[in-house]
Amino acid sequence: MSFEPKIIAFLCNWCSYTGADLAGTSRMKYAHNIRIIRVMCSGRVDPTFVLKSFREGADGVLICGCHPGDCHYHEGNYRCLRRYHLLQKYIEQMGMEKQRLKLAWISASEGKQFAQLVDEMTETVRSLGPCNVRTTMETFG
Amino acid sequence: MSSASKEKLKMAVYWGAACGGCCVSVLDVHEKLFDVVAAADLVFWPIALDTKYADVEAMADKSIDITLYNGAVRNSENEHLAHLLRQKSKVLVAYGACAQLGGIPGLANFTTKEDLFRRVYEETESTVNPDKVRPQPEVKVDEGTLEIPVFYNDVRALDQVVDVDYYIPGCPPQSERLLEVFGLIVSGAELPPRGSVIGAQAKPLCDECERKKTDEKLVKRFYRPWEIQDDGETCFIEQGILCMGPATRAGCGHRCLNANSPCRGCYGPTPDMPDPGAKMMSAIATSIDANDPADIEKIIENIADVAGTFYRFSLPKSIIRRKLT
Repeated sequence: MSFEPKIIAFLCNWCSYTGADLAGTSRMKYAHNIRIIRVMCSGRVDPTFVLKSFREGADGVLICGCHPGDCHYHEGNYRCLRRYHLLQKYIEQMGMEKQRLKLAWISASEGKQFAQLVDEMTETVRSLGPCNVRTTMETFG
Repeated sequence: MSSASKEKLKMAVYWGAACGGCCVSVLDVHEKLFDVVAAADLVFWPIALDTKYADVEAMADKSIDITLYNGAVRNSENEHLAHLLRQKSKVLVAYGACAQLGGIPGLANFTTKEDLFRRVYEETESTVNPDKVRPQPEVKVDEGTLEIPVFYNDVRALDQVVDVDYYIPGCPPQSERLLEVFGLIVSGAELPPRGSVIGAQAKPLCDECERKKTDEKLVKRFYRPWEIQDDGETCFIEQGILCMGPATRAGCGHRCLNANSPCRGCYGPTPDMPDPGAKMMSAIATSIDANDPADIEKIIENIADVAGTFYRFSLPKSIIRRKLT
């Protein structure tokens, strides 16, 4: 069976989730590999959520928030951006590919961009293959 | 004496993969040790007594009232003793950061057994080993078979091997906390629920820290402690020095802070944190004073060894508990 990546996406309530909704109501087609979790703000995405996603079997994690300057809570997306850069450094050190974690800005009107983003990310993760965090953590050697 | 000694508690202290500091912290109660031995017989304590493993094996199940197991589980000997002491003890305590979270030996989970052995037995500058001989768990000699413990690939915390009743955190635990816990047990008071962390508080160290703090924790550059002159009174993080206070339990008596040294996180995470390093990364990232990706990267560059810093004592018990291979 061919590998179908599982991607967990955390979308902010105000821009990105609405953008994804627009893609849906506009009947745009995009990869079905994504599992969307709505959060109030990309700044709510605790690094723990990301690590737990990988630990539970995600092959990729996507975080989407409002464009810089547009955050409903003024600077939540900036906080997310800073955490994202630190997390990238951490997951790389743990032996994971950086491309498995992606942060992107999607506004409420960017349904098309969202569909493209999901397709691109799915292909990136597909080419990386399955993430082995869960299998590695389940066995002690 | 004879009737009193029957009432005495039986106590054991064992070291797994440990530095010995935890055992010394038991001795650090100084003259109070006389109170301890007045209330308890130490039936097994490798650092101080010559009790053999066979003597422990000969003890009746559940005959030891309390065992303090310090150190991580690194090899088959540590694991055997963890199972044995669990069987022989009424109460098994993971004593110290290594037993609780994996501790400093747990940092070996950034590498593998193979990499370690290759480095140690083949590559170090002082190694002369042309035949590439490595330690074998069993060696046959004329007199019989010699055995040494099997070295594992993964370092584990105690509760990843056996059920643990209580955790006393610290590297090492503060001796005062040990005395409090010991006093509680001797007094026969009701013990906290099984699985509790004892001898520490639920709030983070920042709540107790007396350094000056503002709400504006913004950092333009991170410094390693030797790169900057600490002013002795401002929050370490506000000065750009990494301090694990926001994600670490209070209860240590902040000896490091009192000595003008930032917290390294040995008391482990507060109860609401499933992953101590992730919480710390979250707190530190928030204080980065930049909104442009290139500027953020530049500031992060000064954090040497991200994973090793934020998971210094907790790698084996974190969500991603070892480096992927």
